[in-house]
Amino acid sequence: MKPERTAWRRPAGLTAFAAGVALVGLLVRNPYYLNVAIFVGIHALVAVGLGLLVGWAGQISLGHAGFYGLGAYASAILTTRFGLNPWLALLLGAAATGLVAFLVGKPTLRLHGHYLAMATLGLGLIIQIVFNQADRWTEGPSGITAIPYLYLAGLPLNTDSRFYFLVWPLVLVALILAGNLTDSRMGRALRALGQDEGAAAAAGVDVARAKLGVFILSAVFASIAGSLYAHYLTYVSPSPFGFTFSIQLVVMVIVGGAASVWGPLAGAALLTVLHQVLANAAHQWAFLDGLEVVAYGVILVLFLIFRPQGLVAGRRAPRALRLTRPA
Amino acid sequence: MLPDGHSLLRLQSVRVAYDGVEALKGISLHVNEGEIVALVGANGAGKSTTLNAISGILPLRAGEMEFLGQSLVGRRPDEIVALGITQVPEGRQVFSEMTVLDNLRMGAYLRLRRRDRAGVREDLERILAMFPLLDERRRQPAGTLSGGEQQMLAVGRALMARPRLLLLDEPTIGLAPQVAHQILETIARLREQGTTILLVEQNVLASLRVADRGYVLETGRVVLEGPSEELLRNRDVQRAYLGKDYEEV
Repeated sequence: MKPERTAWRRPAGLTAFAAGVALVGLLVRNPYYLNVAIFVGIHALVAVGLGLLVGWAGQISLGHAGFYGLGAYASAILTTRFGLNPWLALLLGAAATGLVAFLVGKPTLRLHGHYLAMATLGLGLIIQIVFNQADRWTEGPSGITAIPYLYLAGLPLNTDSRFYFLVWPLVLVALILAGNLTDSRMGRALRALGQDEGAAAAAGVDVARAKLGVFILSAVFASIAGSLYAHYLTYVSPSPFGFTFSIQLVVMVIVGGAASVWGPLAGAALLTVLHQVLANAAHQWAFLDGLEVVAYGVILVLFLIFRPQGLVAGRRAPRALRLTRPA
Repeated sequence: MLPDGHSLLRLQSVRVAYDGVEALKGISLHVNEGEIVALVGANGAGKSTTLNAISGILPLRAGEMEFLGQSLVGRRPDEIVALGITQVPEGRQVFSEMTVLDNLRMGAYLRLRRRDRAGVREDLERILAMFPLLDERRRQPAGTLSGGEQQMLAVGRALMARPRLLLLDEPTIGLAPQVAHQILETIARLREQGTTILLVEQNVLASLRVADRGYVLETGRVVLEGPSEELLRNRDVQRAYLGKDYEEV
């Protein structure tokens, strides 16, 4: 039998997307726009991973900013203190973050219900406290400076345009991985357990293990994005890795559409650009300062009421957001 | 009848309780290779509970369960599937938003993990040939199928696991008589192909007609057992389940 032709397997969309990415990278010279585009890409890496967890396993993580921070700090500490190769540091950070996700997910994902959300909420807060307090390693609130640039084929990625051409191909890889996963045996199992855990178990799926696997994968995506962040800015401090960013990531996934592969990317683009617009506005009109979080809340509520499937509708609504059990 | 040691599945004094209330009060039964065994009885007799205990969904309070000489007690549902027991749950439970093909592939989840791709593809074609209605609708979401088609899909999905033992829970419930008849015919055909089946049914007459042997359950106990023809001739069975009056039997 021929493999099923799902929309995803048709490479036209991906090719067009890759061409668009290349075009933007080659034509846009304004460093501010490139900077925003790089952040969209970094955030998209986290959001695509989180989207797998929300959309397929039906679980929410409120601590993904923590995993993102673990990657960033692992890269920062391993390269500045121990002089490790940045690529090796990125891999070690991802492995360590995966281990943390395993330790948190193993006991909580065996339970039915949204215990993972609570556990990750706590974990995220603890991680940020450690970044602030363990100043022997993290330099506390002032942060770690002079993180080295990444090198690719002997070329330092020290300009926006070079870094852009590292981040966006990685986004493309993440999208292909996520797309292949959802069309694979593992992805089918995740979709099945998202619809009916009992029937999935009856087909032989180890439900707890499948959820744990996708949770670890999403944490590793976040960690890699965090490492890229550290080497792009060459500076990390605790503040970007707090609860607010965890919420922003969840909003990106839900507003974008958790049940589709493209959704989290769309959400990352929308929220990252919005963040910039709001920050600029707050710069001009001081009374807007601090209202950003309110804007996220309003957007989230409006989407949940009027377009719960998100900007990009997938094959089904993510289970985490269903108010009623499917019949 | 084979001695107990040679049965595919053997339950010995199995007790199961829901929140302290015993639903199974010491059930003993066995299933031999190649047999169709029916569990019959009224609502609440413990038929589905027995199946759910075998497939690991419900924990045992006491007793022993063995499959191919290995104990099933304390194993997770997915481990029991891996040993070769697949249940078709009551109410069908197909994955309604996945296509017919993806539902069938889900049934072969563990085989695909073992990379048995050629075998799975072969079985997919075999099962689609067995259920032509499913073949016509192979790319449709399972939720768009009729009740009978969904039941066939649920059976097909279970067969995709190539089980040594198939547990069928009320496969004809809620189906039109015509469709129920088709399902029972399918079960008879599976027996000819050598599939071993433990069948739970409220339709006593129909299930005893396809089964080799039967157990009659009443409030958590086995009250009668024997070859199907014997049970069908039994006066108590005829009175209690086949709607015959005292004068008639």
